[in-house]
Amino acid sequence: MTPDLLPSDLTSAMLMATSVGVLVTMSLALVRATLGPTVFDRVLALNMFGTKTVLLISVVSFLTGRSDFLDLALLYSLINFVGMVALLRFTQYNSFSDNVPPREESP
Amino acid sequence: MNIIVFALLALLAITAVAIARLRELWAAIMFTGIYSFLSASWMMILDAPDVAFTEAAVGAGISTVLMLSTMALTGQGEDIPRKSSWMPILIVVVTGATLVYGTLDMPALGAPDAPVQLYPSPSYVERSVEDMHGLPNVVTALLASYRGYDTLGETTVVLTAGIAVLLILRRDPKEASATEPSAGDEPA
Repeated sequence: MTPDLLPSDLTSAMLMATSVGVLVTMSLALVRATLGPTVFDRVLALNMFGTKTVLLISVVSFLTGRSDFLDLALLYSLINFVGMVALLRFTQYNSFSDNVPPREESP
Repeated sequence: MNIIVFALLALLAITAVAIARLRELWAAIMFTGIYSFLSASWMMILDAPDVAFTEAAVGAGISTVLMLSTMALTGQGEDIPRKSSWMPILIVVVTGATLVYGTLDMPALGAPDAPVQLYPSPSYVERSVEDMHGLPNVVTALLASYRGYDTLGETTVVLTAGIAVLLILRRDPKEASATEPSAGDEPA
């Protein structure tokens, strides 16, 4: 598969800097997910990690000139959303069934 | 490009260590999701987008939801901190060193004189139409006929795993209609 459009040198350096920044942000999110004392710290860190994965894939797709990776980035964001909804539903109701008992008060 | 690969591999190692050290089960499940995202990104940088697609959909999507629902049924009791012993890490290090030693003989990534580029694929491309009585799709011919036993085994594994998941996640109609059962009579 031939590359669609390879970036110029300046664009390539800029994309490299962007991907390094995204990787640093991913490391910081990982640190927060490891340390995070509450559930929501970890949920936020995981959500941010998934978003940064999408960004990293997009940057890499422009870096290598393969625009078909962008479809994968879309799939990743969809999966990230589904996993996040499942996780939040689990932390809220402790169950996935449809007939969840209504909470008296939202925690 | 190498910076991204090394950083991704380092993040993978950190995530694996974090999974092994965490004691909250749901946090460990979330970290397996992170691990799947990372390994899928790495596979995509290695130019295998189809494998990355599968890894992202199955590893980060389906298996996270399945493990969370399993935890909803079996209870989220934390594992008691076990006494650390040296035997498991010795076994892991020896196995890893053996695998790394095995990769030393492998041809470089994308080498044109690698055996996989030279011998089998051209002959399959040339012969599959006659062998399969005119089936035009080479990938289908490989999956369904040349690798038929392999695909049969994979399908058996998937069927077994599906049956096991259904057995774990099933819920008796009587039990669901009754009041919420206590956590003790669910099989742990």
